[in-house]
Amino acid sequence: MRFLKTIYGWLEQRVQFEAPVKEAALHPVPSNTASWWYVFGSAAFTLLMLQVVTGILLAIVYVPSAGQAWSSLNVLNHQLELGWFLRAVHGWGSNFMVAVVLIHMAQVFLFGAYKFPRELTWIVGVSLLLMTLGMAFTGQVLRFDQDAYWGLGIGASISSRIPVIGSSVVHLLLGGPIIAGATLSRFFALHVFVIPGMMLAFAGLHVWMVLKLGINEWPTPGRLVHRSTYISEYRSLTHRDGIPFVPAALWKDALFSAAILAAVVLCACVFGPIGPSGQPDPTIVQTVPKPDFFFLWIYAALAYLPPSMETPFILIAPVVGIVILLVLPFVAGEGEKSWHRRPVAVLVLSTVALTWGVLTHLASFTPWSPHMEAWSGDPVPVRYLQPVTPLAREGAQVFQAKQCRNCHSLGGRGGERGPTLDAIASRMTEDQMIRQVLQGGGNMPAYGKNLSPAETTALVTFLETLHPKDQPPAIDASQQQAQSSETPTPLEAKR
Amino acid sequence: MSTEIIIPEQSSEIQQPTGQSRRWFLLGLGAFFNGVVGSMFLVPIARYLLSPVKRDSAYKSWISLGAVDDYPVGETRLATYENPFRRAWDGETAGVACYVRRTAEDKFQVFAVNCAHLGCPVRWFPQSQLFMCPCHGGAYYADGSRASGPPERGLFTYEHKIAGGQLQIDAGQMPTLSNTAKSVTNGGCKGNLASNSDQLVTIEGCKGNTPCAS
Repeated sequence: MRFLKTIYGWLEQRVQFEAPVKEAALHPVPSNTASWWYVFGSAAFTLLMLQVVTGILLAIVYVPSAGQAWSSLNVLNHQLELGWFLRAVHGWGSNFMVAVVLIHMAQVFLFGAYKFPRELTWIVGVSLLLMTLGMAFTGQVLRFDQDAYWGLGIGASISSRIPVIGSSVVHLLLGGPIIAGATLSRFFALHVFVIPGMMLAFAGLHVWMVLKLGINEWPTPGRLVHRSTYISEYRSLTHRDGIPFVPAALWKDALFSAAILAAVVLCACVFGPIGPSGQPDPTIVQTVPKPDFFFLWIYAALAYLPPSMETPFILIAPVVGIVILLVLPFVAGEGEKSWHRRPVAVLVLSTVALTWGVLTHLASFTPWSPHMEAWSGDPVPVRYLQPVTPLAREGAQVFQAKQCRNCHSLGGRGGERGPTLDAIASRMTEDQMIRQVLQGGGNMPAYGKNLSPAETTALVTFLETLHPKDQPPAIDASQQQAQSSETPTPLEAKR
Repeated sequence: MSTEIIIPEQSSEIQQPTGQSRRWFLLGLGAFFNGVVGSMFLVPIARYLLSPVKRDSAYKSWISLGAVDDYPVGETRLATYENPFRRAWDGETAGVACYVRRTAEDKFQVFAVNCAHLGCPVRWFPQSQLFMCPCHGGAYYADGSRASGPPERGLFTYEHKIAGGQLQIDAGQMPTLSNTAKSVTNGGCKGNLASNSDQLVTIEGCKGNTPCAS
């Protein structure tokens, strides 16, 4: 023990850390901030450290070459002792990190912590969020599989829409004219050197400012922030009602961080490493590319935007969003902190969260995409084929063979791009169906050239059988009237 | 063991205004020289970083897709070629796919696999004569014109020619709205499809739901 003390003394004499560390550890924080609501920032930092460590461990095996990256990931997954575990921890650590950073940001926003004097802390935090998302995207590229390849294609297509410099931006992004070796190399440099270096520096600055300015006090309704008085008010609060940061608040941070790490390890063990999916061979077009979880909402938004709004939205919305986040502390730097008296803030946060959730949910089953294998993989339900004529069965054959099923479901299986057709005959008459099939419209291609008259007749005969037993098929009332009525047609009347 | 490390007292010389201004001047000189040397680095660094940015034509060249007879009349087939600007470590990503449609003995259309919406690979379905995109549901007719979904235009087409019995295309970069769309002639709907088979055929003018070029 004495020996350790001697070593400590020898080191301390040279590095002289004791005084600043003690000052940081024992600085008083308002007692009610020693709360479970204040643990997300430290958890995000812990996850950053986890990502750095696991990232370095993966980098000693991973080959950042377009020709070999995918194979090296498979070696990690299947051949190297516990390589799968490290990949899984890094992958799930990334998901947890994005989630925790977002929760941290929501909490900071809700608690009004971005207000004076913590504006810069918030701005550095916004930069850290953007870097975290940048790490998530570049990390997805480094998992150099089909999703990564086509994800880069989507990135390039979006960049190409920038007016005037679009083409140059694409060349810069890809490192050349096409997604290839140069592309992976530059994303490797971004993911391993550029962004992490910036993140460590920014995270250090973020924590430094939290220590220097003090943690945001628990918001009390009616206690307003004024630039002139806040600092002295905060100082008196920490003097009157302060407790030392260590151990009063830190134990909750430590416990929560450990719980998050345990959750990452649990997910890693249960769900395993994320990918890689198919090899990044652009000549294999039988693929359904999908972005990682935290980018699914963008994927969904891009499916629902009207074509004319797409380019302006893609290019302007992110800029507007980031500017709003950066400007927020200057626009609302004073005043009420409590969410009880900030209905707009609460409404904005819930709207954003709800929109994000709905879009992410929709992207999990992509109702806007044709199901590429439905025509050959999802059989027509037997109950739709039993009581019908041979012609209608022939029509069912046409229905499958012409890939109608890729967009229209029957019996709950098939694409969801178009309406489900289980009861189509009760909604559309025979004539309407023929018109729709031949001419298309309402986002359906026209099949006029690709169906023979016989095929069309068979197909519509089959569709005519699709109605619930207790509902008759739709009929054209005017046609029936015209046929049954004795009154002469206008043409006959003229004669 | 307890050796004291003596921190020298700040010398009184620093306090003197004359010495201070001289030292500040020398520091400024040092900073200036660093600035000069640093800016000398800036130009090569910027040029190095911007080296992939080139004119579109610099990235294009004529590539053979094989013998014309490999592509039967009336069919659309997936063809692959190697990116002419490939590097040794590109691996599989050096390959590129495209769709070749042969409508008559001497009439071809060569489409990029990349959807005109966001670049995902479209899949050809010969039975329904449609290209479908797995990402956001874009669909195109056999002639490449837009059928439905989010794309604003038809499929990107490559310029092509027949030389020595070989089908050749002018390719080399990923087709996007910023490059391919600029270089195409608007022909599809205007009725000049048959007259210039060597020209690019695009379908930009075709909006709506009916196939316009035959």
